[in-house]
Amino acid sequence: MNRQAMIQLENIARTFEVGDRPVHALREVNLSIASGEYVSIMGPSGSGKSTLLNILGCLDRPDAGSYRLDGRETAALSETELSKVRRHSIGFVFQFFHLVPRLTAAENIELPLVFAGVDPPERRERVARALDEVTLTERSDHRPDQLSGGERQRVAIARAVVMKPALLLADEPTGNLDTTVGGEIVALLERMNADGLTLVVVTHDPEIGERARRCVRLQDGRVVTDEGG
Amino acid sequence: MRTRDMARYAAGGLRGHGLRTGFSLAGVAIGVASVILLTALGEGARLYVTGEFASLGTNLLITIPGKTETFGGAPMVSTAPNDLTVDDADALARRVPQVRQVAPVAMGGARIRRGERARDVTIFGTTHPLREMRKLEMGTGRYIPAGTRDAPVCVLGAKIARELFVNDNPLGETVRLGEFRFRVIGVLAPRGTSVGFDLDEVVHLPVETALRLFNRTSLFRVLMEVRNPHDMDAAKDAALAVLTERHGVEDVTLITQDAVLASFDQIFRALTLALAGIAAVSLAVAGIGIMNVMLVSVSERTPEVGLLKAVGAHSAQIVLLFLSEAALISTAGGLLGLGVGWGASRLLQAFVPDLPASPPAWAVLAALGVSISVGVLFGALPARRAAALDPVNALMRRRG
Repeated sequence: MNRQAMIQLENIARTFEVGDRPVHALREVNLSIASGEYVSIMGPSGSGKSTLLNILGCLDRPDAGSYRLDGRETAALSETELSKVRRHSIGFVFQFFHLVPRLTAAENIELPLVFAGVDPPERRERVARALDEVTLTERSDHRPDQLSGGERQRVAIARAVVMKPALLLADEPTGNLDTTVGGEIVALLERMNADGLTLVVVTHDPEIGERARRCVRLQDGRVVTDEGG
Repeated sequence: MRTRDMARYAAGGLRGHGLRTGFSLAGVAIGVASVILLTALGEGARLYVTGEFASLGTNLLITIPGKTETFGGAPMVSTAPNDLTVDDADALARRVPQVRQVAPVAMGGARIRRGERARDVTIFGTTHPLREMRKLEMGTGRYIPAGTRDAPVCVLGAKIARELFVNDNPLGETVRLGEFRFRVIGVLAPRGTSVGFDLDEVVHLPVETALRLFNRTSLFRVLMEVRNPHDMDAAKDAALAVLTERHGVEDVTLITQDAVLASFDQIFRALTLALAGIAAVSLAVAGIGIMNVMLVSVSERTPEVGLLKAVGAHSAQIVLLFLSEAALISTAGGLLGLGVGWGASRLLQAFVPDLPASPPAWAVLAALGVSISVGVLFGALPARRAAALDPVNALMRRRG
């Protein structure tokens, strides 16, 4: 495999204090993901898969070990540099969509561009393209409460990719949708992966998880199997 | 992030919970409005009082019989004085070079009658210069003629003329004051109350005639008009020297209009400032209201804050967002309060026209400035709390 490793995790550990007892969410996790890969992370509740995704997304920092993203050691990055990494390199999709309820679909998609200080004309253009990509152009003026679950998740996906990130992280993206709609969402994500986006999906649904070319299984904070890839 | 986007986003955040925002905005508005209204009242009172004194005529040097303590408030007579007489007034006119004109004033009361109509009036016994010195305007006829000190003529205040003559022309008519008959030679224009006297209820007589009517030789005051305000102190010293020489002891008091004016001015400025301070307390309370609303807002919008961090918002941007919301509340409240306060003071002016109740510029600026800084100050804690939220916890999936 000659592709450059986009994500390089070495001996990652993450411990939370619950009451006065330490809970080891992740221990000795070693993982390497190449650019353009499609990886699912599976495991039972509490196996540490969400914690892993948060660390991959630079929302959380490991207590030990090394995480290199595009060859850069993330532990060395300041808070400001991390927010830039999240802004430009990573897109997030959540189980509960996390749309801002008072903003329209287009305005929700526009948010990352607004915080990045992109000029309004360019923003409009990029939002229009993202809406087109998720085939929601006609619903751009609707607020989240006027959209169906599937439409909401498509808005969230458009928001996640509007900054043209290299890495898309999806945490249970179908967990709040019925099977049919969930399938459509996964198909959309896979289409983006086919266009070159690195895709990491956390799920406990084996049907979804097994569609990925590579499937990483976690248990008690450790990688137990790493198949495919 | 662009400033306009920041403002738009903050405004959107506030519109999300309009009622709550409205109440805390009203708190600020009440605070600002009360600063505006109370300072308008204080300022109005100051302008009213100083205006009253200024209407007595500037450049006035007033002689009061009796030696008074020069410190403290109203002049209090502390030694038995010699009479202040018309001869004294003449001596002042002759011997104090800085003085342009002098008006002796004898004051007393009498019953005025015309036919079966009668009432008690205040009488000023004086001479021609008084009209100019106290800026009295004639309604009809003329004032006591120059040089006239003893003549059976009188000038009526506007209200007395109206009460005694109703629609008749009083000029040339005869009225009785005590045992004497007087011909009306003039009626003053309505003037209203001035420093405790209703000038519309005063009858002016030549000074000697009045003293005879009162059966007295002593004057109530001697008013002097000084040519040049810079000579006020010199005139005062010279007048005191003349009277001390004539009486053998220093038994009169000279006060200047300016001194009285200045001390009233000071008192009312202090009063206005105190009122502003009291009203400012309500602004602090309004600030706590803003803080409360913002804290609730931050905790309600925790997932939103987490999302903003996930899409790459920097902590400083989040602080600025929530600070902008607080500043928007306080600025809007401040402007609303400004409008309400201004409207209320205009209303006050409409109902009490004598009181020039308009807020001073410093109070308007200070109220706005304080209200905006209150918003930023009390918005700081909630904003920092929002920025400090851990994005992982903030985004934590809802159970259910």
